[in-house]
Amino acid sequence: MSERPNSLLGEDEVRKVARLSRLALDEERIPIYVEQLSAILMHIEKLQEIDLGDVEPMAHPLPIRNRLDDDVPTEGMPIEALLANAPSVEGDYISVPKVLGEGS
Amino acid sequence: MSESGRKTCVEIADSVRNGRCTALETVEETLRTIARVDGELNAFRETFDEDARAQARLIDEKIARGEDPGPLAGVPIGIKDNIATTEGTTACGSRMLENYRSPFDATVVERLREAGAIPIGHTNCDEFAMGSSTENCAFGAVRNPWDTTRVPGGSSGGSAAAVGGGLVPAALGSDTGGSIRQPASFCGCVGLKPSYGRVSRYGLVAFGSSLDQVGPFTRTVEDAALILEVIGGQDRRDSTSADEPIDDIHGESGSMEGMRVGLPRQYRATGANEPEVDGCLEHVVERITAAGAEVVDIDLPMTDTSISTYYVIAPAEASSNLARYDGIRYGHRAKDDGSGLEELYARTRAEGFGPEVQRRIMLGTYVLSSGYYDAYYKRALQVRRLIKEEFDRAFESCDILLGPTSPFTAFPLGGKPDPMSMYLCDVYTVSTNIAGICGISIPAGFDAPDEHGRRRPIGIHLQAPAFAEATLFKASMAIEGLLAFDDSIPG
Repeated sequence: MSERPNSLLGEDEVRKVARLSRLALDEERIPIYVEQLSAILMHIEKLQEIDLGDVEPMAHPLPIRNRLDDDVPTEGMPIEALLANAPSVEGDYISVPKVLGEGS
Repeated sequence: MSESGRKTCVEIADSVRNGRCTALETVEETLRTIARVDGELNAFRETFDEDARAQARLIDEKIARGEDPGPLAGVPIGIKDNIATTEGTTACGSRMLENYRSPFDATVVERLREAGAIPIGHTNCDEFAMGSSTENCAFGAVRNPWDTTRVPGGSSGGSAAAVGGGLVPAALGSDTGGSIRQPASFCGCVGLKPSYGRVSRYGLVAFGSSLDQVGPFTRTVEDAALILEVIGGQDRRDSTSADEPIDDIHGESGSMEGMRVGLPRQYRATGANEPEVDGCLEHVVERITAAGAEVVDIDLPMTDTSISTYYVIAPAEASSNLARYDGIRYGHRAKDDGSGLEELYARTRAEGFGPEVQRRIMLGTYVLSSGYYDAYYKRALQVRRLIKEEFDRAFESCDILLGPTSPFTAFPLGGKPDPMSMYLCDVYTVSTNIAGICGISIPAGFDAPDEHGRRRPIGIHLQAPAFAEATLFKASMAIEGLLAFDDSIPG
């Protein structure tokens, strides 16, 4: 897993990462992304040169502590205000394309 | 330029509180100025005309009743387009959120209102705050008020242009890797990136959640301190907001006496800096030394790794945060062509996001994907700790760090066509966010006039340890006084 990856992306890798990103790329954009993402990854390669030993990864600048609120009910947001932003609504529900029975 | 745009927040609030002018007059004048000047700059995407007038009337009524209208009474404030307001739409510079009407105010907006300030409109920004020039904006590029052939910096370029151009006395921005400080330096105003956790992120559209902070653009350091006092402090709606007291700093005067100022050699005369930027920094060093500062040489060798570290962590967090834009509950949705839900997501996102956002989502997805996680993401988080520890050691021998905010002044529109050259703009600012410390850019000079006599502002960058904003303000106010600009607004 920690093996150093090849820094340059190919077209198939860009297609794969676009699919994982849920982005429907136009075919003609793919060579552009190959070039741009490769240039960025080449720069990021600097990270491979640093001797890191067993340095603890730092995901966050502050020590994370869970904070609990008092158990008191507060006002929620009105349904109308939330539904007002939905692209497609039926009654008090957000309508979506058919999900079941698609097969996969 | 408007009178209210030339005045400071402290001056406007004082005039309104003491009845020398009304909040409504201030709002009307500001709206007129924006209507007159902003066609050229494109700093504002929208203004909240009727809502702003209504709030101004409430403040004027409070004053008439003898009630305290708050420390920012009647002060019109621009709000970056990625900060939620119940007025207008919160579009985040994106087609994806073009019609998004927030049902709530961001905590920072709510606190500004409680202090008597008046949100006057949403300012343009790079889409989802990703950029360093405000050219990645779905609603058109913003122009620099000092030279309209140049960019205002980014991503909070609209807020910077609005304050630097004298349209408003203050604006809010957000800073994930320099998005307040770099445009402040390009537009000749003060820009503060508070310590991580200082200001609530509730209602700020999430980009890099371990890096993002909201902060002010102002004309003076004192105004920045006043606004931080208002917007800062713990918020139950953001579990990462810190329970750290904010010193009452505004109204105090700055001093360099006995201040230990660290000069990292990686920030000075690097060859990457324009000569005028180096010259400006040396001038500041001379002035603060004469004023009693003790200047200390500092070595920050990790500076060289900061851009690489940032462009793993920030896109990784962005790819996760932006997964929510799927076209179902809010935002743009592609036409349903019956090809299924997953296809709908993918077409929605390809239509709604611009190229830079798509690039960062793919980069983030790549560095987090199976097989690459350890080599990129985990490694970047390890380097992040080394960067933070390097700052911790530096702050054992100095109180603040001093350097340029940007290696260069504002560049021409279209001047950085490839993404990597744009990313390198933030070489001096990303480390602040990576380590979670605080930083400020203040105006410190100008580059040489071009053939049209136009000059571009130069900003210097001060950094202090986490939650040491009081030290940052004390030094910044002193430097502001030592440099004593009298031409802080163009035109």
